[in-house]
Amino acid sequence: MMRRVKALFRELLMYKSALIGIIIITSLIILSLYAIITVPYGEVVRKWNSIEPWEDLPKNAMPSWVNIFSHRKLPETIVLDSRRIDLNVNKTIIPVSSGKYILRLLFTFSYIYDDFPNEIILRLYSNTTKQFTVQITWIKPGEIEYVIGRRVLRGYEAYYISSDEEFLKRFYTNLINRLGSRPNYDVSVDIALFAKEDSSILNRNTVEVSKGEYRTIIDVLIGEEDLNRVQIDAKLVVYGKVYGAAGTDHRRRDLALALIWGTPIALAFGLVASVTITFAQMFIAAISAWYGRGFDFIVQRVTEIFMVLPFLPILLMISYLYKITIWMLLGVVILLSIFGSGVKNYRAIFLQIKEIPYIEAAIAYGTSSFRIVFRYMIPKILPTIIPTIVLSVPDFVFLEAALALLGVGDPQAVTWGRVLEDAAREAALYKGYYYWILQPSLLLLLTALGFAMLGLALDKIFNPRLREM
Amino acid sequence: MQKGEDIKSCNPSDLLCVRKLCVWHPIRKFLTVSGYIRALDDVSFDLERGRILAIVGESGSGKTTLGKTILKIHQPTKGRIIYDGKDITFIKGKEIKWYRRELGYVQQDPYGALPPFMNIRQILEEPLIIHGIKKSERIYKVREVLEEVKLIPVEDFINKYPHMLSGGQQQRVVIARALILRPKLIVADEPVSMLDASVRIEILTLFRELQKKYNLSIMYITHDLSTTKYFSDKIAVMYAGHIVEMAQTYKVLSKPLHPYTQSLIKAIPDPDPRNRTLFREIPPGEPPSLLNPPPGCRFHPRCPYAMDICRREEPPVIEVDGTHTVKCWLYG
Repeated sequence: MMRRVKALFRELLMYKSALIGIIIITSLIILSLYAIITVPYGEVVRKWNSIEPWEDLPKNAMPSWVNIFSHRKLPETIVLDSRRIDLNVNKTIIPVSSGKYILRLLFTFSYIYDDFPNEIILRLYSNTTKQFTVQITWIKPGEIEYVIGRRVLRGYEAYYISSDEEFLKRFYTNLINRLGSRPNYDVSVDIALFAKEDSSILNRNTVEVSKGEYRTIIDVLIGEEDLNRVQIDAKLVVYGKVYGAAGTDHRRRDLALALIWGTPIALAFGLVASVTITFAQMFIAAISAWYGRGFDFIVQRVTEIFMVLPFLPILLMISYLYKITIWMLLGVVILLSIFGSGVKNYRAIFLQIKEIPYIEAAIAYGTSSFRIVFRYMIPKILPTIIPTIVLSVPDFVFLEAALALLGVGDPQAVTWGRVLEDAAREAALYKGYYYWILQPSLLLLLTALGFAMLGLALDKIFNPRLREM
Repeated sequence: MQKGEDIKSCNPSDLLCVRKLCVWHPIRKFLTVSGYIRALDDVSFDLERGRILAIVGESGSGKTTLGKTILKIHQPTKGRIIYDGKDITFIKGKEIKWYRRELGYVQQDPYGALPPFMNIRQILEEPLIIHGIKKSERIYKVREVLEEVKLIPVEDFINKYPHMLSGGQQQRVVIARALILRPKLIVADEPVSMLDASVRIEILTLFRELQKKYNLSIMYITHDLSTTKYFSDKIAVMYAGHIVEMAQTYKVLSKPLHPYTQSLIKAIPDPDPRNRTLFREIPPGEPPSLLNPPPGCRFHPRCPYAMDICRREEPPVIEVDGTHTVKCWLYG
């Protein structure tokens, strides 16, 4: 047995397509193992469907490898958090007058990208519900200083700097005073805080990032009595336009997580569906062909009924009526496909096998029907089944993606199909987020390609007549 | 009444006694049966212990059906099959198992007769597993039987697959499988017709040796009268589902009675070049359709001696010369 497997493997490697197929499938399996070992599935689903873990990630960011192909470097996300020990964060206390102090948080970061950030958010945290006044100062390279806002902090405060219209108004007034004219477009806060303030800012096409060291000062006015009691911290996030290996989606989620975790799910779904359905169809066909007569009649009529049942509407109905997980979806797909056209095909082959003399010999020495079906009929067909199984894996991977795209099935699952569905719903192609659609599509195609190449080579080995073609 | 007589007429020392056996295959049209194919009609014969009975006939004469009915692969419609004094005509299910062990089956096409996905050891172990023989005994029996069919050294063959063997070797495996349960009766359905002429005699000699060694009874089904001379004790000639003539081998070959047997013997090819221009009288026509057999004697459309009565009435089985029976009006 082992020797036969080895011989088969050696024969397989003679086909280049099989080699490529094996390489693709092996890398997908390694990716799957990596996903399963590093993060458990339950945690992935929880993380994927919640908001907090993703708050420091940019929205709709492209994958960071696009920077390799472009001379215009897109910004990465910069996170500065005073709760973490960081050289760029400085916390000082300055006495002002009797019993009044200023708690000063100084964030320093260098911004050397060619594009403006996506968004800027400052989050303020304090450990009491007492009210404090906070003043935020922004210092650009060249010591251009703006007091961008005064906030009242009570416990927690998120300051969406990017949508601060009040600051924008002050900025405009300042700009017109200095340059004598208005910009011919709507300057956003992100541009206002990062652009070079010379005549280039007046035109959308010439506006440039002022590269260099930026500082943000957060001053909190506190009383003496609070000095040792109150903990005030801040987190400044300058969201970039690229993130990670695969970018992010509209809910700031890292697509890499979904793509990596989609691999084991796609493979499991495809393999389980393909293996179960093929074997079930084969067993049903074998039993039907062997017993014949009434049993055969019933099986064939049931198969015909199942073949005309509309597969998709039934799946849609089930998924709308019941809350189903992806594994229940798999079960439903298997149940609906067991009595498929395969039963007819395999039965035709089994009817031929049934007439081979060795079956008669087996009856003559007293073999039971059960043993004839499993020991004499099925092993004969098995070699031709293996390529079929391999070739039909991508069908079911595609089916899962297609069903997800139609909104059938588990809304919480982390699959390639769900990523595509999100992308489609957010009109990703229209908005130009190509990576969002191309990456899962590419993985789907790669899976199909791998299994198709291996399957076709296996088919040639197991059905030698195909070799001549 | 009739059946009682049949059983009485069986000799209890005979291994197999077949009386008025009919196998009719129904032709089904949707839910009704529109007719029958009479593959076997009124077949009666005896097979003594340790003897070889040759069943001779052209294709479609029902000889293979007869073999398969004895093997209980086909179900008989009517009649009696008495094996070793026990009526096994209609036994089914668990009761049949002891009978399966008593019979061996050697098929025509050795390659088709061996499952291609099993090696020789697995093929030979199958009957042993089915009849519940312990694992420790099995390998010993497999070796023994392979030595008997002269597939030696056993180690060279035991792990091979059927396609790695030659036709003659494959047929030896088929014989080994038939013998491994130590049966008393072997049904050999054209065991050498697919083999090269040179291998035929080897296989038949082997068969003969084994038959003598184990005192086997053999039903040797063939279309080739020339091999029966060396191999069989008794010949039954079949035509269109009937046994038309039955006697000791030498009697049939030296003094054939039925016109069909006579034409069969004439049809044996003769390698003597002096006879190359000799016209061979072969009766014209084809064997009749078994769905609609001709009335009277089934051979009459091809018979050179056909008389009026042959067209009207089926001939009875006539005993000529003690053990020589013939189904023909010529002797009536």
